[in-house]
Amino acid sequence: METFIAILILFPFLAALVQAFIKSNSLRRISVYISSAAIIVATIVFAIMNFGKEQYLVSDKLIIGGSSLTGTVNYIMLAVEFILMGIITYLSFKYRKYYAAVLSIVQTAFVAWLELSGRAHATGFYMFCDNLTLILCLMIAVVGGLICVYAVGYLKDYHHHHGDEVKDRRSFFCAMLFVFLGAMFGIVFSSNLIWMYFFWEITSVVSFLLIGYTKTEEAVNNSFRALWMNLLGGVGFAAAIGFAAIGFHITNLQDLVALSDPAVVIPLICLALAALTKSAQLPFSRWLMGAMVAPTPSSALLHSATMVKAGIYLLIRIAPAMTGNLVGLTVALIGGFTFFVASIRAIIHTDGKKVLAYSTISNLGLIVACCGVGINETIWAAIFLMMFHCVSKSLLFQTVGSVEHTSGSRNIEDMHGLIKRYPALATAMTIGIAGMYLAPFGMLISKWSALQAFVDAGNIILVLLLAFGSATTLFYWTKWISKLLAYARPTIRRKDTTSLDQWVSIGGHTVMMVALCLVFPFLSGSLVTPIVNSLYGTKDFKPVLSDENLYILILMIIILALVLVAGFIITRLVKTKQTSVYMSGIDTGDERHYVGAFDEERTMYHANWYLSDLIGTDRLMNVATAVAAAGLIIGAVLTIGGVL
Amino acid sequence: MTVLRIVSAIIYILLGGLVAGLLAGIDRKFSARMQGRRGPSVFQPFYDVAKLFSKETLALNHGQFVIAFSFLILMILTGALFFAGVDILLVFLALSTAAMFLVFAATSSNSAMSTMGAQREMMQMLAYEPMVLITAVGFYMSTQIMNGGKGSFKIIDIASGDIPSIVYLPGIFLGFLFILTIKFRKSPFDISTSHHAHQELVKGVTTDLSGRNLGMIEVAHWYENTFLLGVVALFFLSNDWWSIPLAIAAAVVVYFIETIIDNVSARVKWELMVKLAWGVTIVCGGLNLLVLEYIF
Repeated sequence: METFIAILILFPFLAALVQAFIKSNSLRRISVYISSAAIIVATIVFAIMNFGKEQYLVSDKLIIGGSSLTGTVNYIMLAVEFILMGIITYLSFKYRKYYAAVLSIVQTAFVAWLELSGRAHATGFYMFCDNLTLILCLMIAVVGGLICVYAVGYLKDYHHHHGDEVKDRRSFFCAMLFVFLGAMFGIVFSSNLIWMYFFWEITSVVSFLLIGYTKTEEAVNNSFRALWMNLLGGVGFAAAIGFAAIGFHITNLQDLVALSDPAVVIPLICLALAALTKSAQLPFSRWLMGAMVAPTPSSALLHSATMVKAGIYLLIRIAPAMTGNLVGLTVALIGGFTFFVASIRAIIHTDGKKVLAYSTISNLGLIVACCGVGINETIWAAIFLMMFHCVSKSLLFQTVGSVEHTSGSRNIEDMHGLIKRYPALATAMTIGIAGMYLAPFGMLISKWSALQAFVDAGNIILVLLLAFGSATTLFYWTKWISKLLAYARPTIRRKDTTSLDQWVSIGGHTVMMVALCLVFPFLSGSLVTPIVNSLYGTKDFKPVLSDENLYILILMIIILALVLVAGFIITRLVKTKQTSVYMSGIDTGDERHYVGAFDEERTMYHANWYLSDLIGTDRLMNVATAVAAAGLIIGAVLTIGGVL
Repeated sequence: MTVLRIVSAIIYILLGGLVAGLLAGIDRKFSARMQGRRGPSVFQPFYDVAKLFSKETLALNHGQFVIAFSFLILMILTGALFFAGVDILLVFLALSTAAMFLVFAATSSNSAMSTMGAQREMMQMLAYEPMVLITAVGFYMSTQIMNGGKGSFKIIDIASGDIPSIVYLPGIFLGFLFILTIKFRKSPFDISTSHHAHQELVKGVTTDLSGRNLGMIEVAHWYENTFLLGVVALFFLSNDWWSIPLAIAAAVVVYFIETIIDNVSARVKWELMVKLAWGVTIVCGGLNLLVLEYIF
């Protein structure tokens, strides 16, 4: 068991090492396929073997070769932390961003002091594995593994398009993707806070390196923004370890959550700070927007299976301890506020990736709000939102990336009539978007449960934020889909140049998306409900969604499918006369030009509404950031002040 | 009970369209009389739709039929679920999904008028959606108060309380009436399409639909209207027998109030619509929820 986990964590690092030294493209392709397949298969086997079990693993008693295993591992981790600190310090001096070095040195020195002085001597177990861990593992392995496959095909196109502008560092890029997967496995298996912190720091540094991939000025600036925000979260994490270790002699997450001391809110708010930075909540949202400069596979990875989900994972773990206290209230309100503001912000962008990024921030806000409320119903919703968001967001990033390469633009306006030009890509993208917000797909169902749970928790502010945020969410997704589905006759026909590697991943994701919706009741009953029971120590938790509703939803899926099929059949049978578009003027023949009032030929162009004159200013975001920062500081001060 | 629920859903599927079609006919008669005209027969809407189905259908593409057909079926399904008394949130979510198909029907045509109409239709959804969700939450909280703690979103539970839920939800009722004008596509909010094909966007979302495709959209709107009046009636239902005639009377009165508003107001711009709708939602809906949470 311990060995299996060690393999799961270490194998991606090993694969990364292999990637780092492969210079040949065809060899890289083969090795990425093999590594990803191995990770996916191993994780599935592991999940099946340990399904439904709750296991505490690895204690100080584990002796290998005469010395304590954990002691050795601790020293190795400490050494690696110092190496990471060295890298950050070197790069921040190189690019004159000294603040990053300061943040890094402070936290690394603090944690090293805790460990070396014996203050953080571990109590209890180092690792923990239950259904929640398994869900995260499956997400990381399957979605993350497929993204690595996608990356191989994508990067080939990418360097083909960018020529000499960007230095070809493909081996480095692929290596970093695998390091990311390894670090994520580390986070979800760790129970010991210092171990978790170690992997947490790795994800911060790796995301920093991935964002800076192109080394342009913009990329460097954005990568340092991501770095300092995440390092600030790291400082929070280190502070939490310090409080827990010195104040309660606890270094273990599970013990910390179970602690009934009122002062536990201090380490909790520090951990919440770390989670909020990782999950790009206001006031820390800007790093995720900046992360868009990196090649698409890294965005897909950061937004779906890894990075932002690390924050969510931590929040779900500490949620039972946040129920009904000030920490929970602060987190819930920041999440709800972020959900609403980011969904408004998503309306104004024409750049597909930006819309996706704001939608990520917004959806994460909803999940964070669920965790902050911290009752069993909201955690059920949070876990489902996390799963559905992971798959559909990954699918969307990949399709946007492929559309960009094949059509030359990722602007939503340019996706007009995509269904006619690239039917397969447009269909995959439509399924991805539908998965994000339409009934009867899972995301909406989970949102609905969240609404119900917020009412039960009596938080009217959250109910209002959710109601308004849902409306804005509806708006930006609907206008995107309606662009894709416009039946415009293409002016230029181009071949779909999406490579096989990309299709393997996009196809896999599309199938997963649909499958998740169909097995929803099963997932709820056998996987998620037990998690909620174990987190809250209950036996009879029932999700807010009744069985009747689940059956109706399945009925709806069937009816919708039948209607669409019937529609397609009938439309072939009945006689319909083909006509041309009504233009309020004479069509000059191609449905794109018409004769205007002054008898001259004019071009017709359909644009979506972006409301940029109403909400397009940066002021909205600046004010929102300031409000959220103030809220966070007030929440933290009241929390800490309340127990001192 | 289950039988009753299924029967009422079936009655809705059979008669739901006819009721709203007839109401539309009376509406036209009533409006004509207000304007000093004689007006058409009350059955005129049925003649119109029959004519649409008998005409040759002109379509821009095959997709139009599929989308219009899906819109119709989903709308009937939404109403049927409502009259079967299931979870009201589920019904509202089905309603938004159905409404999405009207937008797609318009934008898939790739026509300027339809596309502009679709953008406005989305704006209307943006305006009314928050109030719709808050209405569902309001019903839930009123059952919570009536049952002493345990709330329910099920329509059958909402309709069988001790007193009509309007007693607890006057603000939410007003807010719902406000967005009902948007949903009925009546002036001053007939922004995406109107009953008259002489607005600046021709006929908005339905400009490029004709024949049977347009007929299906029209019938779907009838079903939608009956369902919406059902929601109005739900505010007045309780476990007393007299609540049923009261609810029906309320729905009829509301419909005619909407007709009068339609006749006495001019169309506003969408900016004003969104601001008004959201303002009313916050003031009427939000306050009502806060009162329910903290006073009862």
